[in-house]
Amino acid sequence: MTGLDLAFATFGLIAVVCGLLAVTTTRVVHAALWLVVSLGALAGCFLVMGAEFVALVQVLIYVGAIVVLVLFALMLTRSPIAAQTEVSVGPRRRVLAAVLGAASAALLLAVLVPVVAVLPERTVTSTEVMARDLFGVWVWPFELLSVLLLSALVAAFAVSRMDRPSEDTAPAHASSTDAPLLGEAEA
Amino acid sequence: MSALEIVLRSAAVLAAFLVLPLLVGQMEHKVMGHMQGRLGPMYAGGYHGWAQLIADGVKFLQKEDLTPAAADRWLYRIAPAIALVPYLVAMAVVPVHPGWVGAEVPASALLVLVASGISVLGMLIGGWASANKYSLIGAMRSAAQLLAYELPLVLSVASVCLAAGTLNLTGIIEAWSPAWLLWQLPAALVFLCAAVAELNRPPFDTPIADSEIVMGPFTEYGGLRFAFFLLAEYAGIVLFSLLFAVLFLGGWRGPGDAYLGFLWTALKGLPIAFLIIWMRVAWPRVRADQLQRLAWLGLVPVALGQLALTAVVVVSR
Repeated sequence: MTGLDLAFATFGLIAVVCGLLAVTTTRVVHAALWLVVSLGALAGCFLVMGAEFVALVQVLIYVGAIVVLVLFALMLTRSPIAAQTEVSVGPRRRVLAAVLGAASAALLLAVLVPVVAVLPERTVTSTEVMARDLFGVWVWPFELLSVLLLSALVAAFAVSRMDRPSEDTAPAHASSTDAPLLGEAEA
Repeated sequence: MSALEIVLRSAAVLAAFLVLPLLVGQMEHKVMGHMQGRLGPMYAGGYHGWAQLIADGVKFLQKEDLTPAAADRWLYRIAPAIALVPYLVAMAVVPVHPGWVGAEVPASALLVLVASGISVLGMLIGGWASANKYSLIGAMRSAAQLLAYELPLVLSVASVCLAAGTLNLTGIIEAWSPAWLLWQLPAALVFLCAAVAELNRPPFDTPIADSEIVMGPFTEYGGLRFAFFLLAEYAGIVLFSLLFAVLFLGGWRGPGDAYLGFLWTALKGLPIAFLIIWMRVAWPRVRADQLQRLAWLGLVPVALGQLALTAVVVVSR
């Protein structure tokens, strides 16, 4: 077992433990922060495997943007410091969730363990190689994903505007989250 | 790389991390003082109050370490470290002289962005864990601000990386040419704007707005932990000034840069730090919604336009 294997195992263990803590804690903000640690450890796994760019993007997107968005949403709603017992569920649902989680983990392991039975050579993937692969071999899935994200974006926009009575009436703007600006008030 | 070299490099980065923010802090005291028609600190240390910040540091050290009873004790305590440490990591990858960089990382431009993003998380955690309304409002504003400014910041850096054909800061300096001053000018302006917002400096300081919400996420903090937040702010100014010099002004490039490279870096970074201080004195605070409007309707389109322009020039070259 080399140092890299040890580092990979450590990061993997941290990711799994923090993931478990994220779903079991009764404080929602703590759950989001355990998720940060878990995602950071996952980035560490990528780093050990020689995919530096993926690791950095993982932290930039997930920790820097997505978890911040989650925290922002939590702060806008009720997120007290004391434990929230009303968010935890009964023992039956807990057992069911654990069984479901274990089943999907077993399914993934059944698929992945034969693949890693032959240990692949550890290669450092440079950003150029990754870009060439992403925009060469995988360009269609990539473009499909961007279309999916775009439609999600447009749909989210549509949903947030659905309950407006009409766009022409002035109060509709005032009721939105962004206050009218000085320039608009003058105009 | 031998163990001794690693220790020496780490020590050099740590020394720069501890000294440069103090220099910027002292500069802020004096520049603000003179711009407002006063002298600034004059007594500590004798000559023009040079030791004022050291005296402040000693004062912060002596204060009692308080944690509010309602606070989330553990998170409240580690939040200043989360705000401070990423800047130390980021400082290690900024090249200051040919061959002088704390740690050579292939994608260093990306690493710096990642570090500054994590640092803001410290403010969010501190604001939430303080169990104080003003802190929470400050943290919320900070989160909204981060979401608005992260995108233009990343896009403007992406434009420079695209022009240089590398994500490495040393590679960007080597690829730099004076034509970039014009070609990458929109990206430079977007970057400066977004950097000031990321640092929560005036005019984009709504998260800590002292006349509205006391001190935002830092309201409950005192003593050494408050000093850490302050140090993080000044380290951020140093980092983003150096980064601006490296990305848009050619870093250590200049006449005789084989010997004087670090002086060129300092000479290019210092005016940016001065500019950031000047903004604080010259401009009033921008309202939170105006700030969002500026980011999404102003900076993001400009940054996207710049990215398209850079791509067209790079492809047709």
